[in-house]
Amino acid sequence: MTTTIGAHPTRRLILQGAASVALLGLGNLPFGAAPARAAANDKYPEEAFKQKNEADAIKALYGRTAEPSDKVKLDAPEIAENGGVVPISVTTSLDKVTSISFFVAENPNALAASYRIPEGTIPAVANRLKMAKTTKLTAIVEADGKLYSATKEVKVTVGGCGG
Amino acid sequence: MAALINVPSKARRGDIIEIRTLTSHIMETGFRHTADGKLVPRDIITSFACRYNGTEIFRADLFPAIAANPYLSFFTVAKDSGKFEFEWIGDNGYSTTASASITVE
Repeated sequence: MTTTIGAHPTRRLILQGAASVALLGLGNLPFGAAPARAAANDKYPEEAFKQKNEADAIKALYGRTAEPSDKVKLDAPEIAENGGVVPISVTTSLDKVTSISFFVAENPNALAASYRIPEGTIPAVANRLKMAKTTKLTAIVEADGKLYSATKEVKVTVGGCGG
Repeated sequence: MAALINVPSKARRGDIIEIRTLTSHIMETGFRHTADGKLVPRDIITSFACRYNGTEIFRADLFPAIAANPYLSFFTVAKDSGKFEFEWIGDNGYSTTASASITVE
């Protein structure tokens, strides 16, 4: 009895905390800003990863929304024959880049990769992603405290997530 | 576990150098099922870090959407001769390290 009472409030608190971070958007309240920063800097962003939807994942990871920018160059194939290995890369001419993330909208969990770029490292990364089906691919670049994005549609002929 | 690292062995001070890494890992998503309907548990590399003479220059959080045998490429500026250390950490206690040295003139 005591254990069930003890467990429930904790779980509810965690859920409420996660929801408020997602809802706050810009996170100008200190309560909202703190968890978002912690997720972006220190530990594995489990909460952001769990978000099924791309917009929710971006909010959970950064605590705000991104604006499209032509200074972010996303390179991905128009048509990916094998969704299991899709080579992508992103470069940017923006200054003071602190992180770069990739989101695949139609995947079971949108967040695909998140990079921390300390000062002195050139903001350009490349890797290979899995894509479940034809999808929108978004790259987010965090520069000087603001978020910039680039998107591209990738046609996938054979999905890369198995069942 | 095998890891392939590609770092130029020599560079001039101030040069932008590309670092490419390739690790051998299954990167099982946790979404697939076996023929008899059992879910294949997730087994992925969750984080990668690169240190240049002890200073962290690059860190990545990886998720199931990364293709098998994760390939990562990134750029940095050659400052001093020394060592690059690479570290991969994953599910089920997976951990592997590698290093490469560079001579900066």
